[in-house]
Amino acid sequence: MVNTDISGKGNVMTRRPVGRWMRVAMFAFVGALLLLPGAAGGADGKVFRWSFQSDVLTLDPYHNNETMTLGFLNNIYEGLVRRGKKMEIEPALATEWSTRGADVWRFKLRPGVKFHDGSPLTPEDVIFSYERARSETSDIKPFVDGIKAVRKVDDHTIEIVTDGPRPILLNSIARWYIVPKAWFEKHNTVKVHKLGTAETNYATLHANGTGPFMIKTRQPDVQTVLVPNPGWWDRTEHNVSEAIFRPIKADATRVAGLLSGELDMMYPVPLQDVARINNSGNVQVLQNPEVRTIFLGFDLHRDELLYSSVKGKNPFKDRRVRQAMYQAIDIKAIREKVMFGASRPTALLIGPGITGFDPALDQRLPHDVAASKRLLADAGYPNGFDVTFDCPNDRYVNDESICQAVTAMLARAGLKVRLNAQTKAKHFQKITAKDTSFYLLGWTPASLDMHETFSYIAATGSQWNCGGYSNPKVDGLLKEIATEVDPRKRQTLITEAMRLHKEDIGYLPLHQQALAWGVKRNVDVVQLGDNTFSLRWVRMQ
Amino acid sequence: MLAFVISRILQSSVVMLVVTLIAFSLFRYVGDPVLAMTGQETSVEDRERLRTRLGLSDAVAVQAARFVARAASGDFGISFRQRRPVAEMLAERLPATLELSLVSVVFALGVGIPMGVYSALRRDSWLARAFQVVSLVGISLPPFLVGILLIFLFAVLLGWLPSSGRGAVVSLGWWTSGFLTLSGLKSLILPGITLGLYQMTLLMRLVRSEMLEALRTDYVKFARARGLTNRTVYFGHALRNTLVPVITVTGLQLGSVIAFAVITETVFQWPGIGYQFIQAVASVDIPVMAAYLVMVGFIFVVINLVADLLYFWIDPRLRAERVVTAGRLT
Repeated sequence: MVNTDISGKGNVMTRRPVGRWMRVAMFAFVGALLLLPGAAGGADGKVFRWSFQSDVLTLDPYHNNETMTLGFLNNIYEGLVRRGKKMEIEPALATEWSTRGADVWRFKLRPGVKFHDGSPLTPEDVIFSYERARSETSDIKPFVDGIKAVRKVDDHTIEIVTDGPRPILLNSIARWYIVPKAWFEKHNTVKVHKLGTAETNYATLHANGTGPFMIKTRQPDVQTVLVPNPGWWDRTEHNVSEAIFRPIKADATRVAGLLSGELDMMYPVPLQDVARINNSGNVQVLQNPEVRTIFLGFDLHRDELLYSSVKGKNPFKDRRVRQAMYQAIDIKAIREKVMFGASRPTALLIGPGITGFDPALDQRLPHDVAASKRLLADAGYPNGFDVTFDCPNDRYVNDESICQAVTAMLARAGLKVRLNAQTKAKHFQKITAKDTSFYLLGWTPASLDMHETFSYIAATGSQWNCGGYSNPKVDGLLKEIATEVDPRKRQTLITEAMRLHKEDIGYLPLHQQALAWGVKRNVDVVQLGDNTFSLRWVRMQ
Repeated sequence: MLAFVISRILQSSVVMLVVTLIAFSLFRYVGDPVLAMTGQETSVEDRERLRTRLGLSDAVAVQAARFVARAASGDFGISFRQRRPVAEMLAERLPATLELSLVSVVFALGVGIPMGVYSALRRDSWLARAFQVVSLVGISLPPFLVGILLIFLFAVLLGWLPSSGRGAVVSLGWWTSGFLTLSGLKSLILPGITLGLYQMTLLMRLVRSEMLEALRTDYVKFARARGLTNRTVYFGHALRNTLVPVITVTGLQLGSVIAFAVITETVFQWPGIGYQFIQAVASVDIPVMAAYLVMVGFIFVVINLVADLLYFWIDPRLRAERVVTAGRLT
């Protein structure tokens, strides 16, 4: 073939049929597209779409003691008791309970409750759930800690035997969900498959609970679709016909999804976007204090700090130094500039909403830089000293910014603080190895009780007591608090323990951070103080 | 030829071994997976038990040898976070990334080459100058910013396209495709542009400069002297000769499009392997991170190898006078 054929009529002739075929194919393709259904969703009824920054870790309620996961699973599985709109304990699978003596609790099971597969709830399921929850590989062992046995009385009654008096039993078991024995046995998933094992586990990807919603489809990290359980025992308050959950990690994308109307609700809202979302018209931000408290910890144990210019002694062992640091921190400035107003400054390690909180004690020492300098001089550090400050940068709301502000405020009092901000995995590894001199941590007790917070971070030698705070009087009070049944006496003990700790400045409390949920204005949701979200109260207009 | 192929394959194997060892070193330097996996309330004894079960208490050399041997057979172990085989998780996410990469490369080629040709032929027109500005923007703006700007414009302000996710997908065996539904296609547009923008501007600049050079060559002058039409000269001769480097660059860029979809996928919550990698980093899921690194290393090595061999095959000069030109081309 010679390539000099200029406009090449032959060329055009051979090209035309191809073009026609192309066009036919294109039409067929576009036609097929139009015929296919669009995005998933029921044609009638209300589809609720929501998003969180990370996915549910597992569908097995004994796999992972993580607040978000357990909160999500409460839509599917339920415990003997549950938390109401104000976090109060209310009957769920048990209709009533009574104590018989100091250590036996008798629960009446709700009649007529069925799991999603239609099988009825029996006392055997409760006993199985107890055995499974306390098995070696379970991650929710602390919830049933102190329960010695669960036994059947008759077909609708069970008894829980505790190891001595357990005043907060009901609080502890609210997130211990009852699972069906037969279903777990049938799917060979009785054993809670612990992290890192090779066996496949049916229950991490499937669920069969008694709760108001059932899993329709689940793709980990992509989306999870839930539909209402038509046979739910309780009166249905929500009006959702299908609920679609998608994790969206990037803050800006999550905000865009809400603003563009693709999402009905998402959380957490980045604090710097709160004003913009509130001004956007059809979306609003719900903000309430969270029960999590953010605080600073000191190495109070070593005779010489690991990361400091002071050699031969530990300046943090001197209470005056700790008080100087306390008074150097301008908590109002942190609230206004770092937290955009979304925090509640605190003087205690627990906030409102936690059993044992005492407003009378919740008075911070005043912010006073002159006093700080004086205290440091009295303690023998007129020129301050160097110390390294360990901080997470992806765990709490604006955690790194808080640490930067603290660093600058301590500098005003004369302390040279080197900030070491890193990802939570590294941070927690470092501080739990007690490889720290000064650090930031936050704590929410799952049982919403002061005793849990203190026994994890303030009791001598406890696991998250990373600085080694120790006060024998507090330890003694904690033992009494664990078993005291009379609420008034118990509160007196709690107040005394908190007062002692406050006197010591064992930890330096900062604030309770605020929850921020972005919600369409025509959707009603209930915001719980532990930042969990329940579908059962969602009303869409 | 055979010696050349064998030597390239040997070199590639060495590269892969090094990449695999680097991936393994992750297990030692990116934080404690046991802490990331367990809750704050897990006891010290439980943690130690888990550490032993994961094989994290063995000697480093033993762990390294075990890792390399398993990686060679495609076994990257079990994800710490999801408790599923890593290979299975990657296979599940790969279609999303490959489809996104395909769309972005088609976008880059389909838009970049015509823009490059136009700005070479009409160098002084205002449109060519506008293209230059666009290419500067594409080269200099980071993808996360481009992505967020596109989301803001097309999803939030105009509401035409979805802001994130893959839309509805159709399963074809183990492959899931977003090409077969309207929401799937709509979802591909913004991330496809975001991911392809850099390659597009790169191709445009490359085609433009190659084309300008080609237009100055003797064979183009000769073609004109023969009285050929502009069209034949431009597209039959000049463009055809510029395409060799374009093919090479596209091939190599395809590797980086697949590997560096991480940012685009994170911005658009695209359920591909890049986003999976980011999630793995956040939860210190080292098996997934290591497998991703090895896989990306493998993609690069294979593409480089194929490009080298293709070059050898396409360019007749290389075959005829390998001794003379090999130094420059390989």
